[in-house]
Amino acid sequence: MTALHELSLREAAARVRRRETSSVELVRAALARIAAVEPAVGAFLTVTEAEALAAAEAIDRRVAAGEDPGPLGGVPVGIKDMICTAGIRTTAGSRILERFVPSYDATVTARLKRAGAVVVGKLNCDEFAMGSSTENSALGTTRNPWDGSRVPGGSSGGSGAAVAAGECHAALGTDTGGSVRLPAAFCGVVGLKPTYGRVSRYGVIAYASSLDQVGPLARDVADAALVLEAIAGHDAADSTASPRPVPSYSAVLEQGVRGLRLGLPREYFVEGMQPEVEAGVRAAVRELERLGAVIEPVSLPHTEYAIATYYLIATAEASSNLARYDGIRYGLRIPADSLGAMYETSRAAGFGTEVKRRIMLGTYALSAGYYDAYYLKAQQVRTLIRRDFEQAFQHCEALVTPVAPTTAFRLGEKVADPLTMYLSDIFTISVNLAGLPGLVVPCGFDTAGLPIGLQVIGRPFDEETVLRVGAAYERATEWHRRRPGI
Amino acid sequence: MAITREEVWRVAALARLRLAPEEAERLAGDLDHILEAFARLSALDTRAVEPTAHVEDFGALLRPDSVENPPAGDEPLTNAPARDGRFFRVPKILE
Repeated sequence: MTALHELSLREAAARVRRRETSSVELVRAALARIAAVEPAVGAFLTVTEAEALAAAEAIDRRVAAGEDPGPLGGVPVGIKDMICTAGIRTTAGSRILERFVPSYDATVTARLKRAGAVVVGKLNCDEFAMGSSTENSALGTTRNPWDGSRVPGGSSGGSGAAVAAGECHAALGTDTGGSVRLPAAFCGVVGLKPTYGRVSRYGVIAYASSLDQVGPLARDVADAALVLEAIAGHDAADSTASPRPVPSYSAVLEQGVRGLRLGLPREYFVEGMQPEVEAGVRAAVRELERLGAVIEPVSLPHTEYAIATYYLIATAEASSNLARYDGIRYGLRIPADSLGAMYETSRAAGFGTEVKRRIMLGTYALSAGYYDAYYLKAQQVRTLIRRDFEQAFQHCEALVTPVAPTTAFRLGEKVADPLTMYLSDIFTISVNLAGLPGLVVPCGFDTAGLPIGLQVIGRPFDEETVLRVGAAYERATEWHRRRPGI
Repeated sequence: MAITREEVWRVAALARLRLAPEEAERLAGDLDHILEAFARLSALDTRAVEPTAHVEDFGALLRPDSVENPPAGDEPLTNAPARDGRFFRVPKILE
């Protein structure tokens, strides 16, 4: 019999609805699992035991009264600590917000709760989501559940690790340059970055506002689809949240890929890739072909400029967004004689090395004399990158690619050289620059037993097709059923 | 191109960051290394290319101009590093 904490989100919610399992039982199972594996994984910054049990009891009372508890009714989930939770500390993995307690829920938090989900805690991440390994968190170390000497990926490393280790049935992450998809690939779970504008950013701590998007991490595609349905849609509090209606993503999962044209961008299979990653992704492409998809070679010629473009735009936006941390109304304050000295010392003490590096890079790129050469230039190249995708999508309905050039690397391996760390994002960042949806599904393991991910990239607002491709692949394979032996 | 120590101090002042001397030293090296790699962008001719600031395809969304926010009570002050009644306390800004 499957242990409660191993159930899919759908099955757990169905059991609550049928009154076979109570929400309190599910939450107790998740809390027990958290207590058992957290010393080795370190995914959580805050575990909300009392609040979760109270919320579960309320769900159970509603079910007992014959009410529908919602599509995620009674199921334990985790939330990345970039996303505000009313009354629950929200840190962004930073010393500057270590004691910050929001007075309101982010729209995605409120929508998860409205759908009946029970929040069991807040998940670790790179400070202000700036990183690819979660090693930039100022508040804790998260380890990959498949191998404790490896990183979980980042920046939503806590979310990937917690879902993989069975500590919650799904989690929310944020993805600015790959931060949902990289941890999903490194931890062997499903992750989805929705189209820019599909999900509200209200109450999500800002990193780079033209790129940030919230997305689910889950154990299979159908669970990710269910969470997306719960959080997507227009929000009066975020003018960038699209008014387009939210389709039923769950309804399209059985449609298969017969006749679907899938593009294979040649720039995404490059020298220096770990051979097992390339082999795993190519085998997955053959499997999709066997299932009836038509594979089309395509080209995204500006791919080689994506990292520079991304790190100029994202850091410029970050330097502006993070100007709000001044020690006045909330966050860390280091007292000083003058207001100016207070700003400078508070920010110096509150921000970690990578955050300072990105604020400096972004401030430099925006400063007088450099704006045109760096920031404006990057925005122009962003247009070229976007056009690459528009042209590719004239020949296919979705693209299939690797997620990262390697599987999970070792803790400490890339911290000394920021540029090497940035290269981990080479296959994910263009998707943010173009504002497209990107799904990650597990597609194999390397000889060290570490998961390999497959990325499916779709047209704007066509989450249905990427989920359909992911679901078809999942039905034909067993990779997503494997769990770390932790 | 090399980033000078002076430029690092200038940018740090703009960003309101107090840097230790060894931190400034390291950042000068890091930024130099990163910007050198990013110089590849200058190889592209973008004179005829419009910049993309945002990918959205819909215009401004407006709601009826009616008051919806509940009046703020004590909530904005609950995270104040220092407060005095209903006010945030800050160092003197005028001499």
